Amino acid sequence: MSDRLIVSSSPHLREDTSIQKIMVDVAIALIPATIASVYFFKAPAAMILLISIISCLVTEIVVQKIRKMPVTIHDGSALVTGMLLALNLPATVPLWLPVVGSVFAIGIVKQLFGGVGQNFMNPALAARIMLTISYADRMTGWVEPGVDAVSTATPLTYVKDFTAVQEGAPSFVDLLIGNVGGSMGETSALLLIIGGIYLVYRGVISVRIPGVYILTVAIATLLYSGFDVQYMTFHLLSGSLMIGAIYMATDYASTPVTPRGRIYFALGCGILTATIRLFGGYAEGVGFSILLMNTMVPIIDRYTAPKVFGEVKKQNA
Amino acid sequence: MKVFSFKGGIHPPERKDYTAHLPLEKAKDPEVVTIPLQQHIGAPCEALVEVGDIVKVGQKIGQAGGFVSAPIHASVSGTVKEIAMKPAVNGKVLSVVIESDGKNEVHESVLKKGSIENLSGDEIKEIIKEAGIVGMGGATFPTHVKLSPPPDKTIDTVILNGAECEPYLTADHRLMLEHPSEVVGGLKAIMKALNVTSGIIGIENNKPDAIEVMQKAVGNDENIQIVVLQTKYPQGGEKQLIDACTGRIVPSGALPMEVGVVVNNIGTAYQIHQSIETGMPLIERVTTLSGGILQNPKNLWVKIGTPVHALVQQCGGLKEPVGKIIMGGPMTGMAVSTDKIPITKGSSGVVFFNREEGTIPEPENCIRCSACVDICPVYLQPLYISAYSLIDNIDMAEKYHPMDCIECGACSYICPSKRPLLQSIRIAKGEIQARNRK
Repeated sequence: MSDRLIVSSSPHLREDTSIQKIMVDVAIALIPATIASVYFFKAPAAMILLISIISCLVTEIVVQKIRKMPVTIHDGSALVTGMLLALNLPATVPLWLPVVGSVFAIGIVKQLFGGVGQNFMNPALAARIMLTISYADRMTGWVEPGVDAVSTATPLTYVKDFTAVQEGAPSFVDLLIGNVGGSMGETSALLLIIGGIYLVYRGVISVRIPGVYILTVAIATLLYSGFDVQYMTFHLLSGSLMIGAIYMATDYASTPVTPRGRIYFALGCGILTATIRLFGGYAEGVGFSILLMNTMVPIIDRYTAPKVFGEVKKQNA
Repeated sequence: MKVFSFKGGIHPPERKDYTAHLPLEKAKDPEVVTIPLQQHIGAPCEALVEVGDIVKVGQKIGQAGGFVSAPIHASVSGTVKEIAMKPAVNGKVLSVVIESDGKNEVHESVLKKGSIENLSGDEIKEIIKEAGIVGMGGATFPTHVKLSPPPDKTIDTVILNGAECEPYLTADHRLMLEHPSEVVGGLKAIMKALNVTSGIIGIENNKPDAIEVMQKAVGNDENIQIVVLQTKYPQGGEKQLIDACTGRIVPSGALPMEVGVVVNNIGTAYQIHQSIETGMPLIERVTTLSGGILQNPKNLWVKIGTPVHALVQQCGGLKEPVGKIIMGGPMTGMAVSTDKIPITKGSSGVVFFNREEGTIPEPENCIRCSACVDICPVYLQPLYISAYSLIDNIDMAEKYHPMDCIECGACSYICPSKRPLLQSIRIAKGEIQARNRK
């Protein structure tokens, strides 16, 4: 035997998965909503997507070069952040805005905390909230789908401060397919759900977080409206609930690792979202809710640690 | 048919097709055997022979070094050439090298000991002890110790582990198919030694033929029950198996006897039967030789002490250069540095990987995907133990219960970032053990 044998600690088999494969799955899941955003909001949407993705990748390369660390853009996480960030912006934002957002998302929220898996908040969502607070008017320049860029309100305005859906609200069909005003990628509930089903099927996410999150909002809006199913459905299909519950509240790095913890996390997101939407100053509360719950993750993990197999109460002698 | 299981676990590729259909074959008699004087958990043996001595098959050549120990016997007849430190699975071990005379003369002490029906429990235990029988699934814990619970513990159930959940391995599968009545006989002997009336044979449902054959061998003996297990790793882990077969949960840090159960391997049961019926101590075992690069994978009856390279020859050699040799299965087996390693009592298999298969991928950042938490069969949080272990913060690592880890390796297997989870948990365990000894 001429070559030396490899000696390593067991196990000697590894499952055929990688961060890259997971991220590619997330990107695939986002493709229907991405195509729809370009279909509804035309060229500006395509530009914003492109710029957002490129600036995320470039930021990652630059930061990793400065920190003299291996460049890891091949893992696909920056690509996903770029897509998610773009889908969270209105189609009317100036083109420098996604650049600012990307630098914040990747440079600060992700890389400063140690790179992929170490971010304590969802980078794209943190960037969206940062931009919303810093450039409030530009971040709410909602337009109707189409080439004419007619400004409009988001569907949630038709339920804000009301206990029933108001006259003139978009139809459920429009909400489902995304023919409504709003951020580029959050308008079509149906396509986002299809992507979510793909992720569950591929085992990338469990149905638990989106399920509990959406269910909690459903119950809260049902109770608030005195069991008005139309009102509840309107809430579920509008705003960022679907994109938030399926794609951002399921971000591995910023959610609990324990099975019970994930349920509490989703429940917290749902309660906060409903509270902000029904009683708060903003029409939408998904972003704030998820970020707030992100910061709760360490404490949730600590108190929901699974009981070890055969664990016995230590008896002090 | 109802299928039993435990919570958690993984589904690695089975890769048993290489050898599952192949009948047991006798390996060619080795010209030289290297028999380590420690092939078990516990005290090493003292050599009973000297260089130049003539020995016969079944002759005791190593005296047990204590109660938790097991004697060692010659597997061939011939001349003792050397007694020296030689590489074995567990590092360099004092070993007896015997040059075979090719005659396989059997030692006078090898005589039929009686029948299971006529022997008393204590007599059976004594035969097992003298035959040097240890856990043949790979753990190599001396069997007579397992069968001697302290008087304050009541044992009511014996489980035979026929799960064989490790990929590639088919040794127990073939034993069940070809020697079902011997295996059942061994189980009855163990039940008698422990004075219990309930025996269970747990078999994974990827071996329907073995389930059928064993069911037939048991016949209408109401004391023995076949439990069909879900094919899942680590179904054959002792605590997982007990959970699946009986619903009993072995407390953290305790032994199976705490819940009245003793678990033994299929190969061990077979050997107990043989040692009673023929008097032949444990000098030979079934070893699966497998791997995609092996020309003709086989299930072989191998004499203890046969070097791995001699077996490779019998399997027609290798199709491409070997990168890794694993003693045991690929999930828990030990990668060894040379093919001169001898087959010992715990060698359930030898798996050959090429360089590519044998290379562990470079780790990336933990992305907290929680796969390791979701699949851990003892419900640990491997990512945290590992993270603290890797920064040498053993105090924090200890808070996450590393001592409960059964080292199945499921976490390392499932990790998308290829983190060295089990490896770093082992380090934490070692540090904690060292500290507790102080």
